[in-house]
Amino acid sequence: MNFDLSKKTLREVNSYLQNIDLKSNQRDFVIKNPLGNHALCAGLQDEIKVTIKGHVGYYCAGMNKKAEVTIEGNVGTGVAENMMSGLVHVKGNASQSAGATGQGGTLVIDGDASSRCGISMKGINIIVKGSVGHMSAFMAQSGNLVILGDADEYLGDSIYEAKIYCLGKVKSLGADCIEKEMNDKEIKHLSALLEAQNIKADPKKFKRYGSARSLYNFKIDNVSSY
Amino acid sequence: MSEIKKNLKGFSTFPHDTIAEIQRSAREGIYQIRGLGAKRKVPNFDDLVFLGASASRYPLEGYREKCNTSVVIGDRFAKKPITLDIPITIAGMSFGALGANAKDALGRGASAMGTSTTTGDGGMTPEERKSSKYLVYQLLPSRYGMNPDDLRKADAIEVVVGQGAKPGGGGMLLGQKINKRVAQMRNLPEGIDQRSACRHPDWTGPDDLEIKIQELREITNWEKPIYVKVGAARAYYDTALAVKAGADVVVLDGMQGGTAATQDVFIEHVGIPTLGALREAVDSLKELNMHRKVQLIVSGGIRSGADVAKAIAMGADAVSIGSAAMIALNCNADMYPEDYEKLGTAAGYCHHCHTGRCPVGVATQDPELEKRLEPDLAGKRVKNYLATLTLELQTLARANGKSDVRNLEPEDLAALTVEAAAMARVPLAGTTWIPGYDK
Ligand SMILES: Cc1cc2nc3c(=O)[nH]c(=O)nc-3n(C[C@H](O)[C@H](O)[C@H](O)COP(=O)(O)O)c2cc1C
Ligand code: SF4
Repeated sequence: MNFDLSKKTLREVNSYLQNIDLKSNQRDFVIKNPLGNHALCAGLQDEIKVTIKGHVGYYCAGMNKKAEVTIEGNVGTGVAENMMSGLVHVKGNASQSAGATGQGGTLVIDGDASSRCGISMKGINIIVKGSVGHMSAFMAQSGNLVILGDADEYLGDSIYEAKIYCLGKVKSLGADCIEKEMNDKEIKHLSALLEAQNIKADPKKFKRYGSARSLYNFKIDNVSSY
Repeated sequence: MSEIKKNLKGFSTFPHDTIAEIQRSAREGIYQIRGLGAKRKVPNFDDLVFLGASASRYPLEGYREKCNTSVVIGDRFAKKPITLDIPITIAGMSFGALGANAKDALGRGASAMGTSTTTGDGGMTPEERKSSKYLVYQLLPSRYGMNPDDLRKADAIEVVVGQGAKPGGGGMLLGQKINKRVAQMRNLPEGIDQRSACRHPDWTGPDDLEIKIQELREITNWEKPIYVKVGAARAYYDTALAVKAGADVVVLDGMQGGTAATQDVFIEHVGIPTLGALREAVDSLKELNMHRKVQLIVSGGIRSGADVAKAIAMGADAVSIGSAAMIALNCNADMYPEDYEKLGTAAGYCHHCHTGRCPVGVATQDPELEKRLEPDLAGKRVKNYLATLTLELQTLARANGKSDVRNLEPEDLAALTVEAAAMARVPLAGTTWIPGYDK
């Protein structure tokens, strides 16, 4: 089924996709002329496939559950923010805060992601085939951020239990973020993440980063890090 | 007191508590973190009085003539605004800061009075959803426990930009309060300090906020009233920006407002008093022709029906209470003196919510301490307290000849101090003088 956002309103399209009649066989949708609309496909909750043909604005597929959303274009701030499950695939580049606070599911970005990618992530898997901007994985709580390109300054600042894998160069690590051993278990874990998205890259070549856990409880001796 | 001490003159710059605090910081090398609101005195609603009826205004008969207290919240854009029976709501207090029994009791008390309660920085618990007739769900920078299902289960959504106790500050739930359930809801390991960011992860500034609000409305079918909560800093502009961003409701929290845990320096020195902020917010709404169209809920130091009536007379549509609701639950009650002592404090002085060792079972996750708060009984106390506030509010409204509490107006008020007259912009009692206001 096709929607044309130059003919239908955002509310009409979102409302249709949020309230799928599960008895119908219709599961595949295409949205044409997204025209940079914000909050397109936000709040989807069923196992459907949506392809968006073009660029979208902020919060595309925000809080997604179960749906598979492909964006054939670039996305604005907060793509798949607070995603719960499902798959969001951006074929272009992503603006700031991609996958922010995501709790589950997978976000794949074929291009680059801007600053704060994976900020406060809470269980989501984010795979960026290009590079990520500064402060990515800031306060990241859990989940995996996989970067095939480079990472800008302060990667993983104040990170908790999330894992970061980066193939390229890291300009600098943020407070309490350190390089960690890339052992067999980690290599297996990363190859499963890559394989699930059909990404050909050698997991052994990645470096892993995570929390030194020295800021987990306030200590006066750490005062310069706060 | 010894004879010598009686004759000694203390320092007004260095009273005992200041000396003790300097020496504590010299020992420990760290600022003080604590709970509840400002302890210093600031101009407040006590500095205003109602004029009551007179030859030119006739009063309504108490207990006989109707005085409406209900208020519709969120009818600007939301398809399903909520109608509160009383204009007094329970403010957002996190599960984590408060125990599950306390949250449950607040829900029961508020529901019995037909008003709302609010989640907090830690997500929605099934207990509070069940016990709350109207539940406002907060969207905070931390997004702990945030999910679209709870968003849809809520009766309204409150985007928290700031709090009066700490405008510009994030949160900190110390590790000692993080048990298994709290940790799971926040997706973090047990026992570690849980920092809540001071800024939202996916928007900055009012233009972004407008888009964020649009997203929340899209996810919830434009049904839920959207509140924007700000700490009292630049209330005039913050109110205007919240209105511009599309809020249905502005929640304004004055500097006296309580918190679960913040640096004392923040609590006492950042933000402006509720009195001045409220007037600025009302000015802003009036200028935009949005007064009573976008509802204004005010909090920070509300204790009595008189405070509620004065806030409404100054232009608020409703108030919200945090600390006083906890006090109704028994916070700072004169019981278990040995447990207050273990915290180094006493009933009436306690601000130790951050420790997790609350002597009365309100701000704790400890199962033994929590037993001290029985949700059913405590819920009844909250209900009684809210009922008392409502009766006081109606008494004052009738005395000023009002059949609806929201007909109270600034003209019904006089100020007792020059400061309050200037901040609230009502004349100093017995004069027509409003400092700094040139009609
Ligand atoms: C124990 C406690 C926990 C709080 N937690 C939150 C919170 O999670 N989110 C929030 O916006 N405000 C929180 N607040 C602030 C209240 O929502 C409210 O703004 C404040 O308590 C109002 O002032 P009052 O305490 O003088 O009534 C908390 C306050 C207290 C006392
Ligand atoms: S009595 Fe409990 S709720 Fe009240 S201030 Fe002390 S610790 Fe906090």
